[in-house]
Amino acid sequence: MADKIFEYAPAPESRAVVSIRPEYGLFIDGEFTEPTDARITTVNPADEEELATVSVADEADVDRAITAARRAFETVWGPMAPAERGKYLFRISRIIQERARELAVLESLDNGKPIKETRDVDIPLVAAHFFYYAGWADKLAHAGLGPSPRPLGVAAQVIPWNFPLLMLAWKIAPALAAGNTVVLKPAETTPLTALLFAEICQEAELPPGVVNILTGAGGTGRALVAHPGSDKVAFTGSTEVGREIARAVAGTDKRVTLELGGKGANIVYDDAAIDQAVEGIVTGIFFNQGHVCCAGSRLLVQESVAEEVLERLKARVSRLRLGDPLDKNTDIGAINSAAQLARVRELAQVGEEEGNERWSPACELPDRGFWFAPTVFTGVTQANRVAREEIFGPVLSVLTFRTPEEAVEKANNTPYGLSAGVWTEKGSRMLWTANRLRAGVVWSNTFNKFDPASPFGGYKESGYGREGGRHGLEAYLNG
Amino acid sequence: MAKSRKNEGNESVAKDDGAARGEGVVAVTARPKVPAAPKRPSADLARRAAAHVPAGRLAVRKTYKLYVNGAFPRSESGRSYPVTSADGTHLANAALASRKDARDAVQAARKAFGGWSQRTAYNRGQILYRVAEVLEGRRAQFVQEVVDADGVDRSLAESLVSAAIDRWVYYAGWTDKIAQVAGGSNPVSGPYYNHSAPEPTGVVAVVAPQSGPLLGLVSVVAPVIAGGNTAVVVASERAPLAAVSLAEVLATSDLPGGVVNILTGRTAELAPPLAAHADVNALDLTGANDMAAGLEEAAAATLKRVVRPEPAPDWFADPGLSRVTPFLETKTVWHPIGI
Repeated sequence: MADKIFEYAPAPESRAVVSIRPEYGLFIDGEFTEPTDARITTVNPADEEELATVSVADEADVDRAITAARRAFETVWGPMAPAERGKYLFRISRIIQERARELAVLESLDNGKPIKETRDVDIPLVAAHFFYYAGWADKLAHAGLGPSPRPLGVAAQVIPWNFPLLMLAWKIAPALAAGNTVVLKPAETTPLTALLFAEICQEAELPPGVVNILTGAGGTGRALVAHPGSDKVAFTGSTEVGREIARAVAGTDKRVTLELGGKGANIVYDDAAIDQAVEGIVTGIFFNQGHVCCAGSRLLVQESVAEEVLERLKARVSRLRLGDPLDKNTDIGAINSAAQLARVRELAQVGEEEGNERWSPACELPDRGFWFAPTVFTGVTQANRVAREEIFGPVLSVLTFRTPEEAVEKANNTPYGLSAGVWTEKGSRMLWTANRLRAGVVWSNTFNKFDPASPFGGYKESGYGREGGRHGLEAYLNG
Repeated sequence: MAKSRKNEGNESVAKDDGAARGEGVVAVTARPKVPAAPKRPSADLARRAAAHVPAGRLAVRKTYKLYVNGAFPRSESGRSYPVTSADGTHLANAALASRKDARDAVQAARKAFGGWSQRTAYNRGQILYRVAEVLEGRRAQFVQEVVDADGVDRSLAESLVSAAIDRWVYYAGWTDKIAQVAGGSNPVSGPYYNHSAPEPTGVVAVVAPQSGPLLGLVSVVAPVIAGGNTAVVVASERAPLAAVSLAEVLATSDLPGGVVNILTGRTAELAPPLAAHADVNALDLTGANDMAAGLEEAAAATLKRVVRPEPAPDWFADPGLSRVTPFLETKTVWHPIGI
């Protein structure tokens, strides 16, 4: 009987709200081009169904998009009254709200993340982000960057697959509000919501060339970053590619912001509210299948409560529901791609080989698609690869500590510095710890919270620049 | 003379770094007694001086060394190089620092970072102000060094030194205002307290401008440490002597050892290992000139924050926070609100 209490009937969200075209061209100068000869097939990672083919932009396409963006910057968007620019962004924000369910379903189909997250987190944050920056457009003189800050010009933007439309919003909203025009490349495996966003730009009657969307893979991204016609490069993705981009723009006048990898520490002190901490640990690592650069992938738990925390954590993880991303009950969806699944599997294998204890709940994985059960490694030391490398999957490494000094020392013992968590009921200890953590975002007694008004970005090799809030404007303005 | 000594007395009590503001106020009221005017030197004293100090006395020259970890070592390589004035006259031999010296300097800067960054902003401000005080007291020496190095006339050199002193005062006043100007609370949509504050990025390698041996140097070093970072500075290759003299000022201004480390030598030899060093967080390439692109490329391997050189920086202009914020990180802290 007790087993049956938590069994849920399937509650799938309808796909009818979405219509996917069989093939897509590039979005340049306000129009979709004819599909190119080179194509990528994008699949639903939950069942490997082919969703559509998208075009692969080459150097000539990049050049045309940059040219269109430059012309739009010089003739329309730059000269436009700032309040009018803001109104376009407000309009886009409203259309995103109106078409929120359609975007949420499409995002879940293309990415594999649960509809619960796309519906309640991703898409509402996208609308909020455009609404937030819309209001800045005619208030830039108050941003603390001088009395009359100027836009940079054309921004080349490359985004990852983990939060496809949200990362697009983080890039496009501040750029446009500050008066720049953009050429954006969505990730190879998740292009569909960016292409739907292009249709939303048309619906909002955004002037042609202000937003250009180029689909493709790494080659397209490299061509976009290397094109001499942009004034700014903004990238979110792996630290490895971030280094490549930093090298590519060295010696140019281009401004750069990079939001890269992380290996976030989540510190649980012995006086923490354990049940709340357990929820936070679960959110920290299993939100979005762990495909989160700021995930709390290293749990640092004080030795005196480690046993209790682990016991309750395992009980909680055993209750997570893994399966159909479109099912409203689903907590854990599909791994985004076969390549990412291979990477997660490989690092989990290394974890075992290095002698860490591996645990997963009894968990049935679907036959088709890319799936990985939530996994916890215990007995992990700082030297182990699962404690050092970003796995970018639902894999938690558990380490212990005795003193607050040791917790901080271990938390900071990484070349990354994006996020960290602190769980304690004692305010002074929380502030003491937060003060010493070398990370751009510190969540105390919570985790993985995002807001358009809250600056986000890393220390050290997690990149530079901030997105969100007043700080996010600095990346797109000259004081 | 008596009057100026009285003023010094007041300042020496009030400046007491780290003292509570209240103590300073009390001290000002306790004025020291005005000493009696000194007697005129007697003819006898002048006669004895003439007898003991020869007219053509040989001056004691200074050995220009490096400044690392609060000490003045020679280069571990044992090398030096001749430094000449603008007209080619030999001025001194400066230490020709090696890659090893650069690594030692990074180590010193890293060691000093924890303490310096955790000091109160008020205390950092007091120390920066103290640097201005000590520099003012040695202005004649610096004026001469600027005249020698740049071949400028004395009145321009006076202005350059004055501006350099005032720049320390400027940044002394910034230290405890940066966090309010660059940070604040964020109105997030939910029951959370959310706050952003700037923090120093860590160890900053500074390639000082090749011209502007004092004002240019101060203009790039002061903002880095005002924000709580520690610095490894590659002094102007052509005109490094004022940098070494500035190190003497820093060493006597309560600035903890290792907060600023100054290397003299070949920029082409010292800048590349600093740009590639994994324990350096940021690079100021102001004086790197045509090496800048290569150094920025080397810095990409560890994703250092990089300030590129400007074509023709105007060191007299108000810098605002333009040289402070590139070396700051923004940390955002969330906490739930509830009962």
